[in-house]
Formats: sequence, structure tokens, C-alpha cells
Amino acid sequence: MKNSVLNLLTIIVLLAAFGCSSDKPEAAATGDSSAKPKSMVAEEADPMTNKGVGPITSVELGASVDQAMADKGKAVYEAKCMACHKPTEKFIGPAPKGILDRRSPEWVMNMILNPEKMVKEDPIAKKLLMEFNGSPMANQNLTQDEARQVLEYFRTL
Amino acid sequence: MKNQSKQLFNLLLAAMAVFVLVLSSCGKASQGTTSGALSGNAASKVYVAPGQHDEFYAFMSGGFSGQIAAYGLPSGRLLKVIPTFSVDPEKGYGFNEETKPLLNTSHGFIPWDDAHHPALSQTNGETDGRWIFINGNNTPRLARIDLTTFETAEILEIPNSGGNHSSPYLTQNTEYVVAGTRFSVPIPQKDVAISSYAENFKGALSFVKVEPTTGRMNIEFQVLMPSHGWTFFTSYNSEMKNSLLEVNASQNDKDFVAAVNWKKAEEYLKAGKAKDFPANYMHNVYSDETHSATSTAMKSVKVLIPSECPGLVYLLPTPKSPHGVDVDPTGEYIVCSGKLSADITAHSFPKMLKAIENKEFDGDISGVPIIKFESVLGGTVKEPGLGPLHTEFDGKGNAYTSFFISSEIVKWKVGTWEVIDRQPTYYSIGHLMVPGGNSMKPEGKYVVALNKITKDRYLPTGPELTQSAQLYSIDGDKMELLLDFPTIGEPHYAQGISAEKIKPKSKQFYKLSENKHPYVTPTEKDAKVVREGNNVHVYMTMIRSHFNPDNIEGIRVGDKVYFHVTNLEQDYDVPHGFAVMGATNAELLIMPGQTETLLWEPKKEGVYPMYCTDFCSALHQEMQGYVRVSPAGSATALRWWLGDEKPVQ
Repeated sequence: MKNSVLNLLTIIVLLAAFGCSSDKPEAAATGDSSAKPKSMVAEEADPMTNKGVGPITSVELGASVDQAMADKGKAVYEAKCMACHKPTEKFIGPAPKGILDRRSPEWVMNMILNPEKMVKEDPIAKKLLMEFNGSPMANQNLTQDEARQVLEYFRTL
Repeated sequence: MKNQSKQLFNLLLAAMAVFVLVLSSCGKASQGTTSGALSGNAASKVYVAPGQHDEFYAFMSGGFSGQIAAYGLPSGRLLKVIPTFSVDPEKGYGFNEETKPLLNTSHGFIPWDDAHHPALSQTNGETDGRWIFINGNNTPRLARIDLTTFETAEILEIPNSGGNHSSPYLTQNTEYVVAGTRFSVPIPQKDVAISSYAENFKGALSFVKVEPTTGRMNIEFQVLMPSHGWTFFTSYNSEMKNSLLEVNASQNDKDFVAAVNWKKAEEYLKAGKAKDFPANYMHNVYSDETHSATSTAMKSVKVLIPSECPGLVYLLPTPKSPHGVDVDPTGEYIVCSGKLSADITAHSFPKMLKAIENKEFDGDISGVPIIKFESVLGGTVKEPGLGPLHTEFDGKGNAYTSFFISSEIVKWKVGTWEVIDRQPTYYSIGHLMVPGGNSMKPEGKYVVALNKITKDRYLPTGPELTQSAQLYSIDGDKMELLLDFPTIGEPHYAQGISAEKIKPKSKQFYKLSENKHPYVTPTEKDAKVVREGNNVHVYMTMIRSHFNPDNIEGIRVGDKVYFHVTNLEQDYDVPHGFAVMGATNAELLIMPGQTETLLWEPKKEGVYPMYCTDFCSALHQEMQGYVRVSPAGSATALRWWLGDEKPVQ
């Protein structure tokens, strides 16, 4: 008897959890960082020097945008990324507009190329996963060249 | 000798067989709780640690399930049920618009068959892991499964066949897949008295050519066997009876095995000896580019008549109801098990060639010479057991024969014909399988018994029980029972292959950029809904974890709504499902990069949910949407959108 009541409760709690998750106000996710546990704060490094986890350790950005490369990147982005990322507004995932003001180019490419590891090991990616309701960044199996082209396209946004 | 054995393989044996379930074997239940003398370390020999892979794939025919099941050996793990001849709502197979054509036949759409004998493609007599072929017994068909995707790639109907049972047999470079027939029938079909079979009934052997790179099948020619009833195709019935077979078909001392020289057949074909026969059959091919199958109606076949083609077919007398016919890896012996004979007869290929050269014949039947039994006999295994059926080889000079009635596997030595070992099976073994055991290069580590009767081997599940397979080690002199495991349907034959021949080539996902489906939605920008009269085409995408569009209005009662759903994921193991309330078919299960179509015909107005059925991410539960259905003739505008995007009109 006790057990079945417990089971029932578990089910109700679960249902409630699923029912709510899509209605979560954004404010909760973007709230004051001072409220975070200390350990998280300690993990956070300067986002502009954090290169993330993955195959990319160094990226050279040209002084000006390589338009041909950016055009290629735009095509790749539209084919493989647009389902979740709108260029200039938040959608399933964050918008890439202005990304290089917030993150290092290496971090961006590693996030594209190695998302499974990034959301487990990189402090910023971990935080983003929670902010976006646990919606995982899909690995769309871009090549390093394609990821570099997409990065160039991001510079034009 | 070397040349000879090469030559031997140019001759292809067609074996004729029928499974008559002899129920006396039920008596075996009295052995009930015997464990089969398991030794202490058996468990460690089948233990595949979590996260580790099996050494072999085993492909078991699904029997009356119509499918093929892929297992890992030695663990007995079920890896995948490959939908082949039967519809499978779990995968949408035969329910989605793309795979329906695969099940087309000259009788219309057929959702089921009985699949008995898988055959792995071979190169130089060795399994190569490219394709596996299997017969559809009831409505005669051959299927080819692509082993990069483990999906049915092609189904070819076999005309002029009354049950595609003794099939498929492969030539050593997969030049041909050969299909015999279980029943003789009037060719072409006509309304005649059943008692006129001796005069009217014939059987055709079909030689299906396989295109070496694509695997595409084509009936190159058929050999129409003598109009003496079904004598040779179900070679247990040389008495030409058409009823009470269990009494009448077993009176003759010897029946026949037919040997066909396919190189000779090609010569006759080239020389214009083949006749065009009208025929009606379907050829269905699936494309990994369009993710769709097409069906083509075929109208004729080329037929060779043996009496007009000397040297094409020879008959080998074989004791009482030959069942399995198996060639040993060297090509020297043809092992024929007279199901109702006490002995196993091995014919000698070199002797057969010599007998043909010296015309050592014992008469003929409708112009097909019968080779003298004594001239072709290579050896006999004397009274090894009761009810011999099939033989496999280990590549170390040993043969393993299944005995249905005495319910055991008997190991014997090729050439000396002495029995080395015997092990009981639980119960009533039909086929048996050594990986590569029917090829020139067996991988002789295990033999699997495919048993017909299960009785008390597992926890009871009411009157219907799963079938029982058993794994034996054949590393040493004595066979050792290692493992029991249940199988789907009722497996007949099986095939096994070293995992390394398949694993590296296994496809992980389909490239979106190569998707040529006519209704593909390559990006979310292309998502749309198009009305064409009463047909509505929904171009929909799916990715973790939403559909686009996920809200649709303007559907009317009486519409045929085609959901063409493209999975935009480009990663391994991220399929999505699609289901919509009230759909009378099934779900879609769509692999990354693939497009599939579900036809939905809403009967009543209302708002109907649709959702993803395959748990895809933490937000899987949120992967859902609505379709609004208005009354027939309603003016509700056709609109679609995702999230708070502006509805498109």
C-alpha cells in the first residue's frame, strides 16, 4: 500500500516536471550570477580566453572578413544549424550574432565540432545547456573546414 | 585436383526440400530437465562484457515471421530484427509510402511471408559481408538486404514457382542466386484437374543474376524441369503423388538430387536456345538516395528446356527423401541427407564428372540422364542417427549433421566417414549453422542448433513458445553446449560471419546533402504545406526537439494528408519518430538524413496531436504539435507555423 502511494506520487511529480519545462520563464535562466553556488563561480574563467574542449586549439582570424569563406559558411549554417539557431534571435539555442564578443573563436568551433563533450566538461557550455532547458546541441558532423567557414559567417552578423 | 575442385564449383547443386514436422519427436520432452552436461566454464565462453562486441554476427531466418533477426555470437544478444517480407509497424516498414512498393507482387500488396534460408554473398567462395539474400516461401520471392544499413534493398518475385523453398543457393562469386521450387504447378498457370499433375505440372529453377557492384537482381533464365510432375523439385516425391504425401512419397528406395551446370546454361542462353515465356512478376528496388522503393511489373522470362540442352542437368540418385544438400569446403563431396534414410550419402564431384564423361547412366527421365548411383557415390556415413537433415563444415575436415528425429548433432570426418562425436539438442533440431559453414572458408569455432521444439527450456509463456537456439563450441574434438537463447518466429537456416567483415562498413547516418527524396525538406526554411485538391503535402522537418511546422490549420475532413518528414540530424543514433492521432497505419521511424511519408486521412473534425515517438533528448516530450481538421468544404485557411513565428498562409 505504502509502495503504491509512493509510486503514484513519483508519477505525478514526473508529469509535473515534464508539463512545466517548456513554460519556464527565461528570467530564471538569465538571472543574477551572484546567486550561483560558489563552486560554479570558481570554475568560470574569462570566457574570452576559454578555448573550450575539442580539436581546435588555435584559430587565426583575418583582419577583415573573408567574404567568400563567409558565404560558404552561410550555406552550411542554413543547411545544418538553422533548425535550432536563428542568426539574430534566440530560438531553440542562442543566436550567434555577436558571438565573438562573448567567446573565443576556438570555443565556438569546439562547440560546433565537439558538442557532447563540451556540455559535459566546459563550464560555459554546461551552463548554456541548463539555460536552454537541457536541449542538447546536436552534433551535425561538420568538418573542421566547414566549422571554420561558419565561424567566418558569424563575423558578418 | 585443384583444377577439378574449381570445376566442381561451376556445377551448382539444387537441393529440394520440405519440412515435414514429424511429431514423434515430441517424445523428446521426456528428457525434460537435462541440462546437456554443461561444464563449469561454459558461461565464461559466452560472456561478452558490457560495452564489448560479439565476435560474430548470426543472421537467423525468421521463418513464419517473414523477417531476419541479427544476433551476436557467442552472447546470443538480439541486435536487430530486419523487416523483410512482413510489415513492421515499429519501423513503419510496409506502412510508410516509401516502403510499400517493396511488398508489391503480381497478387497485389502482400504484408507477410515465410522466410527460411538466408545466404550471405560470397567472393571467391568466402563470405564477404556485402549482402544477405533470403527466400519468401509462400508467395515466391527473393529479398536482398544491404549489410551497410541492415535494410531490405530489393525484393524480386519469382514466376513459375509454386513455393520458393529450396532457395537461395549462391554461386561462389555471387554471380547467381538460384531458387528452386517446392510445389510444381501448371506453367503457365491454368485451371486443370489436380489429378493431372503428372501431365501438367512443372517446376522451374530460377537463375537470378546479381549485378556485382549494386547487387541488383534479375532473372537471367529459368530451367524448366521435366513434365513429370514435381518429381525433382520436391525430390522426395518421385512417386508423383499429390495427396497423403507422408505415406506415398516415401516408398521409393531412392529419389534424386539435380545437378545443374550453369556455365553450360550460359552457353545455351548465348546460343539462343532459351524460349521467352510470358510471366507476371514484380521487381521492387529501394534506393538509399530517394529513400523510396519503386515497383516494376515484369512480363516475361527466358526458359531453358533440359531435353533440348544436353549436358545441362543430371540426376543423382539419393536414398529416400533427400533433404539438405551441402557441398564440403574443398568442393569434393556433396553431402545428401536422405531424411528417411538411416545413412548419410556423400556424392563425389570428381566421380560425377567422370561418370558424365563415360556416360555411366542408368536411363533418363524426359531426356535428363540419371547417373548410376555406384558411379557417383563418394562415401556413406553408416547409421549415424535418425532423420538426417543438414550438414555444415568447420574447415578442419569435419562435418556436422543435424538429426531431427533423434534430436542431435553428429560430428563426422569427411573422407573416412567415421562418427567422432554426438551431442543432444533440445529439442528436434532442424537446420544448424557454423559461421561460413556452407562456404569454402568456414570460421569453425561454433555451431548453432536451430531447434523446432522448445517445450520446457524456458519460463513458460502460455501455449505459444519462442523457438530455441543452442550454441556449441566446436574448438575441440568434442562439441560442448554453451548457451540456449530464444529466437523470433521460427528460424530455419541461418548464416554467420565474422563481425569484422561487416562492422567497419556499417552506415551511421544518411547524408542530408545526398537526400534525393522528391518531398525532402532540406532545411527549415523549406518547410511548407501544399494543397493539391484533396491531397495535402506537409513538408516537415524534425531535429532535437521540435517539428517544423508544429502547428497546421486548414486541413479538411476527406483530405489525404501526406506528412513528408525529414530528419535533419547528422549524427549517429539520433532517429526521431512521428505519430499522429487516428492514423490507421503506423508510426514513422526516421533515421538521420532520411525522409519518410505517413498518409493520414482524418475522418472527423477536431484538433489532433502529433508527436515524436523515439526518445530523442531531455526535451523529447516537448517534441509535439497540433493539426486542426475542419469540416469538408470549410473555408478555414491553410496555415502553418512553428513556435511564435508568424503563421504562413
